[in-house]
Amino acid sequence: MYYFIFLLLSVAAIGGVIGMIISRNQAHNALFLALSFVSLGGLYALLNASFIAAIQIIIYAGAIIVLFLFVIMIINLKKGIPPERKKWIPYLAALLGVIFLFLIVYPIISNLLFLKYQNGELRSSPLSLGHTLFSQYLYPFEITSLLIIIALVGAVVLLKRKDRK
Amino acid sequence: MIPISYYLILSGILFSLGIIAFFVKKDLITMFMSIEIMLNSANLAFIVFSRSHLSINGQIIVFFVITLAAAEACLGLAIILLIFREMKTIKSEEINLMKG
Repeated sequence: MYYFIFLLLSVAAIGGVIGMIISRNQAHNALFLALSFVSLGGLYALLNASFIAAIQIIIYAGAIIVLFLFVIMIINLKKGIPPERKKWIPYLAALLGVIFLFLIVYPIISNLLFLKYQNGELRSSPLSLGHTLFSQYLYPFEITSLLIIIALVGAVVLLKRKDRK
Repeated sequence: MIPISYYLILSGILFSLGIIAFFVKKDLITMFMSIEIMLNSANLAFIVFSRSHLSINGQIIVFFVITLAAAEACLGLAIILLIFREMKTIKSEEINLMKG
């Protein structure tokens, strides 16, 4: 049963990315990406990380995809992206991707194939996550809040129209 | 339980597909989306190792990565909008100010 759910979710995740590569419509690209993110959230839930699954769906599939869709609607290219002229670039990219896949998967198969789970149960409730976050990781948490403020101010400053005189 | 290596191989496949999408696509928005895919594949590996070592630290790192990705999307989309406003295009091959 677990294998069936894993197979379904991983096929949805990979299929979303492949659909994003094939499709030329940008709004469809964003929706394929949402499919991939939601299925990755399901995989996190399968791995006993319920809080991370929830914020994956809320932040990635909710906030970031909607932000992408807003920008796509603002830019609103009428006829889509025309096909590129240089025909050899996709093949080169595919070759590069296959080399990268080999470089990642070969060490996993040769070394980590029979890696076992440790016995016991992972206590990953939002309660224990919050305890760890606010005791051991307090300073990184505060620095992250500073980072978000910097990003917000930076976006506003970048997009402010300079008044023409 | 599903073996750990299945998740790791899935993470590797997603990372490679992200690289392929980054080099195949020509518009800046889709290239930006493929960066998000690569971040997500790394997150998957973190969660798997957090589950296998029974440690919650991996999930906290994923929490930080998701926060960082939100900030990154905010700034990156602002830069893309600025490029579109200045140059009236978002195709990466037409943005060649530094080509000489």
